[in-house]
Amino acid sequence: MIRGRASKFGDNISTDHITPGRLAHLRSNLPELAKHVLEDADPTFASRVEKGDFIVAGSNFGLGSSREHAPLVIKMAGVSAILAKSVARIFFRNAINLGLPVLICDTDNIDDGDELEVDLATGTVNNITKANQLTFGKLPEVMLRILDEGGLVPYIQKYGDFKL
Amino acid sequence: MGKTLAEKILSQKSGSDARSGDIIIARVDLAFAQDTTGPLTVRQFQACNLKRLADPKKTALFLDHAAPSPNRQISNDHRLLRQFAGETGCLIYDVGGGICHQIVAETLAKPGDVIVGADSHTVTAGGLGAFATGMGSSDVAIAFGLGKTWFRVPESIKIVLSGKFSRGVGAKDLILYLIGNIGADGATYKALEFGGDGVKNLTMSQRFTIANMAVEAGAKVGLFPTDSTTHDYLKSQGRGDHYQPLSADDDASYERTINIDLATVEPLVAKPHNVDNIAPARELKGTKIQQVFIGTCTNGRLEDIAIVADMLKGKRRHPETRLIVAPASPQVLLAAIRAGYIYSLVEAEAIILPPGCGACLGLHQGVLADGESCLSTANRNFKGRMGSPEAFIYLGSPATAAATALAGEITDPREVA
Repeated sequence: MIRGRASKFGDNISTDHITPGRLAHLRSNLPELAKHVLEDADPTFASRVEKGDFIVAGSNFGLGSSREHAPLVIKMAGVSAILAKSVARIFFRNAINLGLPVLICDTDNIDDGDELEVDLATGTVNNITKANQLTFGKLPEVMLRILDEGGLVPYIQKYGDFKL
Repeated sequence: MGKTLAEKILSQKSGSDARSGDIIIARVDLAFAQDTTGPLTVRQFQACNLKRLADPKKTALFLDHAAPSPNRQISNDHRLLRQFAGETGCLIYDVGGGICHQIVAETLAKPGDVIVGADSHTVTAGGLGAFATGMGSSDVAIAFGLGKTWFRVPESIKIVLSGKFSRGVGAKDLILYLIGNIGADGATYKALEFGGDGVKNLTMSQRFTIANMAVEAGAKVGLFPTDSTTHDYLKSQGRGDHYQPLSADDDASYERTINIDLATVEPLVAKPHNVDNIAPARELKGTKIQQVFIGTCTNGRLEDIAIVADMLKGKRRHPETRLIVAPASPQVLLAAIRAGYIYSLVEAEAIILPPGCGACLGLHQGVLADGESCLSTANRNFKGRMGSPEAFIYLGSPATAAATALAGEITDPREVA
């Protein structure tokens, strides 16, 4: 069970919104890079995000680049999971590979600041503020195992290979 | 039931009867990273205790996104990648060596290959019939070490092309038309497979442009069948033996089919800040442009530069519009010099950059000022992409870019003689 507050974003939040190319020189200095997380979507986000918060977005979150730094700086900011109507393919896989849960669900009725409780095992989001519940789709088995191990690096450290 | 191209390639590389929706493990024929994703790839590789590469000849690093390096931090990243190549014996293409996707197309990709790159435009090699897709640093690090990766076999959308482009229209207009039609997430997790009689009227360069932007519709791959054009291209690169005939089965199953008559496509532009925000170039007349950028893995090939040089020959760019041209590889640059294109461009007051990616992603060499607008032949117009979140990026073809550079405002290339 994960509990936190929703930070709401719109549709088509790209990897350039999350960590733009102009900051490429900071990619080997992750703590510095993380200070700019989502800067071009919401310049106040980095200063107000709290540990455990959820990013709640519309459709096609994370479109664009393969830069794994995008989900990495989101995770470093303390975000516990991303909830979106849909997520771009590479970002989705990168987030799971870093142990950052991505939940596909209808986010229209979640507002900025709502208190949420997410149960990964049952696939439910409990909106405490609005006193309602919604469900999210199950991940493929291989992604669940990678997520369970905390990401792809610990998974490979443990198994040494992919186990389908 | 027959197979799509994606199912055929993944069946071959997984040694199984791969069908859309299956999760499979496929052998990887080439894994690569570039200078902005490579350092993390190296660190993840080391964190996994993967001491050795599965095959150094199937592993490549490209120093292309900041080439040559604009600052100390990136110079240190470059040094890290050179050290890794020295220790592991992998292929390395140093600064000036060209844009990764162009070098993969010219020298490394084969029809039927599975290619994974830590760069989203890895899909470019789909023009040659390779199942080539972008992944993050962790996935590519594992492919470096294990020589394989897992895939969900994608459903395919079939794009049936017919006819020929009319004058002033090209591959960029076609792919912008398609993305405008299905949307920036219209093919998410799926394969775009191109077919139909119109394919034979597309050059390899045009196929690369189209495959390159498959990811802008969310697609995992953009796949072309192979034919005599593919074979001739491989021969021209001294690797005719890499050719194999490849096509989808006639009775393959597709999620949907979209028919496009190339003759009906007109010059199009993607407006800020999303690639599916499409309008005809003629409707944007009057939009002032401070910078025109021609190049990138999308449109930095010899045919693209030839179109621009022919349109600009003996003319001057608009005095208030900077014109930047970056050939995609040394091979392209040398051929453009030999053909006199570079001479025409410099006479038209273009700035010629070394082969590389820098301006496209706002890293260096062409960063926009707040409030400025750029017409670019690249693949992305996201907010902040070219260095300023207060700037505006329009995407168009090389012909539209050349017409715009002359007029100082967005211009339909058919208006320019």
